[in-house]
Amino acid sequence: MATTIDSPRAPYSVPRKRGVNWEKWGWIYMRASGVVLIVLIFGHLFVNLVMGDGVKGIDFAFVAGKWASPFWQVWDLLMLWLAFIHGGNGMRTIVNDYATRPLTRKILLGAILVSVVAEIILGTWVIFGFDPCPAGSPADVLPSFCPVV
Amino acid sequence: MPENSAGTMTPRRPAGTLYRGREGMWSWVLHRITGVAIFFFLLVHVLDTSMVAVAPEAYNAVIGTYKNPIMGLGELALVGAIAFHAFNGIRIILIDLWSKGAKYQRVMFYVVIGLWVVLMLGFAPRQIMVILSEVSG
Repeated sequence: MATTIDSPRAPYSVPRKRGVNWEKWGWIYMRASGVVLIVLIFGHLFVNLVMGDGVKGIDFAFVAGKWASPFWQVWDLLMLWLAFIHGGNGMRTIVNDYATRPLTRKILLGAILVSVVAEIILGTWVIFGFDPCPAGSPADVLPSFCPVV
Repeated sequence: MPENSAGTMTPRRPAGTLYRGREGMWSWVLHRITGVAIFFFLLVHVLDTSMVAVAPEAYNAVIGTYKNPIMGLGELALVGAIAFHAFNGIRIILIDLWSKGAKYQRVMFYVVIGLWVVLMLGFAPRQIMVILSEVSG
């Protein structure tokens, strides 16, 4: 029985799966978000750690003062979303590389998804929903724009 | 190059060795380690910052735990990890998108290390001053 074997260099094509190529978009996202994150994170580090007194200068009044400006709200919101999706996708890649048992892989991927979604929701809510001047707090821990009671 | 019995060329080194050994591999290893470290820091960082929604005192208490020399050195390591991940990330983009990227990936690795050293020489003295001022009070 003669079997014909294709030449090793014969043109070969796998029928493409239909629908959105998520791995391709993930690949593009890692690069696009990475470039934007370089600007956002170096800016964040410079303003918070290098200008002023380093971490010593950071307290509730500092954070509330920054988030009184829509500029820093949007800056931090972009950083939060871009960084968590970038980091979550990177962790997904690593889990896919090293988790050999399907159950282990499912559990780890689920944990990544849950923590990324939870942190994005929490962070978004905190940036826009926290009270910069909570009643009953002593004036010396509040930003200077809070009304004096 | 020698020919084997099948009549095909057998290269001495396998082709496409970007990620196999030396700079290509170690940059990949460092990119993964720094990426995972930054991810876990991020999980904690959003939680500690979220304390602003609990109470000013709660946030000041949690950020107070960062204001000591051990966490100061941790910040130095964090900035080092972020800087490497950022610069090597640009190197990866150039390998993928620049026509000569793969050819110069090894050179670009040393450019990454050089930029990293420059950035750390700028940041480390500033950070050590902050750390020392915490020790002296």
